[in-house]
Amino acid sequence: MSTVAIDKAGPRRNVKYGSMSRDRAWALRWSYFFLVLFAIFSLTPPLYMLITSLKTSAEISAATNPWWVFHPTLANYVELLTSNQFLRFFWNSAMVSIVVVIVTMVISIPAAFALARMKFWGSATLATGVFLTYLVPDSLLFIPLFKVFATVQEWTGIPLLNRWYVLLFIYPTLTVPFCTWIMIGYFASIPKELDEAAIIDGASWLQTLTRIFIPVALPGLIAATIFAFTVSWAQFLYPLVFTTSVDQFVLPVGITTTLIKGDVFNWGQIMSGALLGAAPPLIIYAFLMDYYIAGLTAGATKG
Amino acid sequence: MADVALRKVVKRYDDVEAVRGIDLDIADHEFIVLVGPSGCGKSTTLRMIAGLEDISDGDILIGGDVVNDVPPKDRDIAMVFQNYALYPHMTVAENMSFGLRLKHYPKAEIKARVTEAARLLDITDLIDRKPKQLSGGQRQRVAMGRAIVRNPKVFLFDEPLSNLDAKLRVQMRIEIKKVHQKVRTTTVYVTHDQVEAMTLADRVVVMNKGCIEQIGTPNELYHKPATRFVAGFIGSPAMNFIPCRLEDTGGKLNLRLTDRISFALPPSRAARYNALARTDRLLLGIRPEHITESHAHLEPGVETFDTMLDVTEPMGMETLVYFGLDGAPVCGRVNPNAGARDGAPMRLAMDLNNMHLLNEATGIVL
Repeated sequence: MSTVAIDKAGPRRNVKYGSMSRDRAWALRWSYFFLVLFAIFSLTPPLYMLITSLKTSAEISAATNPWWVFHPTLANYVELLTSNQFLRFFWNSAMVSIVVVIVTMVISIPAAFALARMKFWGSATLATGVFLTYLVPDSLLFIPLFKVFATVQEWTGIPLLNRWYVLLFIYPTLTVPFCTWIMIGYFASIPKELDEAAIIDGASWLQTLTRIFIPVALPGLIAATIFAFTVSWAQFLYPLVFTTSVDQFVLPVGITTTLIKGDVFNWGQIMSGALLGAAPPLIIYAFLMDYYIAGLTAGATKG
Repeated sequence: MADVALRKVVKRYDDVEAVRGIDLDIADHEFIVLVGPSGCGKSTTLRMIAGLEDISDGDILIGGDVVNDVPPKDRDIAMVFQNYALYPHMTVAENMSFGLRLKHYPKAEIKARVTEAARLLDITDLIDRKPKQLSGGQRQRVAMGRAIVRNPKVFLFDEPLSNLDAKLRVQMRIEIKKVHQKVRTTTVYVTHDQVEAMTLADRVVVMNKGCIEQIGTPNELYHKPATRFVAGFIGSPAMNFIPCRLEDTGGKLNLRLTDRISFALPPSRAARYNALARTDRLLLGIRPEHITESHAHLEPGVETFDTMLDVTEPMGMETLVYFGLDGAPVCGRVNPNAGARDGAPMRLAMDLNNMHLLNEATGIVL
């Protein structure tokens, strides 16, 4: 028998105590560093807009410190909010966005439910197809779309071109595919047993959708709603192409076309108009975000 | 309340047959358990009774009516799912009353039924909570409550206890049995746990590879299994299967296990096995509790042999001993005071009055 001494202690190494918390502290510092960097990067333009919007035209063109307001004035805001034109743009934008959100939800929710749950022939292909249509850029579509609406107007005699309500037909081509796609994902994450239980409880497909799926997938629906609203509110190319009269303009087109006259830029009003225009999406985000996050963390299913 | 019947029911997925033509009669008030390994077709069978799966061939009858094409909501059944499938946005009371509300029952009756079911299941205090505020066992009770308030013809349970921990599972098993004693609704219960099957069922249906292996009361299955599959599936530790031959010696029938070990068959068994060919490859099936320590006064039909133990497992009330007979692994259950030790020799006794003889090729119990 040979005797082999086994070193039970193993190789020595220096143990660093408390390294866990030290690592975490560093990770935290790094994340704060990048968050602050990102915040500065994304908040600088709006801040510059705010500063400029509080200046008079004379001060804007003067060679002073562009980051400071020496003679603050609300004249730009007052002028915009008392101008019928600007209020008209605002109203058009609001009408278009709200109706488009409603139309989108009315189409996307049943579509997503059908594609996620009713396994019919070709449903998987159709679901992918829905998403693919979203990938076609609007800069490619606006010419054929214009031709389509021009032809329809010619045949039916219904005035469509240069009318704000034509946008109600066009925006859903952007919002419906994407909203359907994200809601397919949300609906698919609901356990199959839940709708089976509802079916056994005697619910029809429609009741399963309205009484089980919509309440359970509410966070997803809100995310889709926010998306549809933001897309409609910020859309620029389509309204620029389809509307030409000032009274039919939506906000983004209205601001750029009426406040820029030739090579004269009315910077103060452009900035205040853009800030006012950004307010509704911000308010909606702020209001719904709590709800959205609460819904996400509710542990909707089995757990 | 109704009886349920399956006639040559087949389920095909593309070219795979998940259920291969099963016949089953379930009497009114009966508690039937479908048991088998995963993929045996038991859940598919249950879902076909529920109407959640179409049947590819055959007929399903509930209360004498063919329901092949009747949608689930008109079959008057209630189902309890493995993951409870409670509606997360509704309270317990709303969960339980959902089906009744869809059918526009009067408010007073809904309230009465929910209250009664909650009392029966001991969840009265939880009635206003949301599912996420409940423990696993409580959720399972709510799921059962949702089934009970509907007062259906048939209860269907799809592995309802698999998500619970071992202790709670035993407790809920007893609860389910109590509920069935009070409500007496015809019940079809699917599980892969043979203990659940044995303890709950009036009759157990053992399924394997899409077919029914055997239907019988728990005791029938345990003591008179029809096939090797049933014999091995029911009972824990599982029945031992030892290769053996039949031999004639001096007009008596002997069972030869190894070159050294051969037992005279008890007269009753010898008569039954006399007609078997001596050349057949056979298996001796014997449960661990019929291999015990040897003692002075052995009953007729109990034969002793010496062996070397491989491993012993003290369980407290008994000790499991493992050894090999010509390579076949065998388990026995001996008294904890019988002195069984790992790697030590021991004299054991095999009770041949409780033996089974199986055809090795077909797996049928002879």
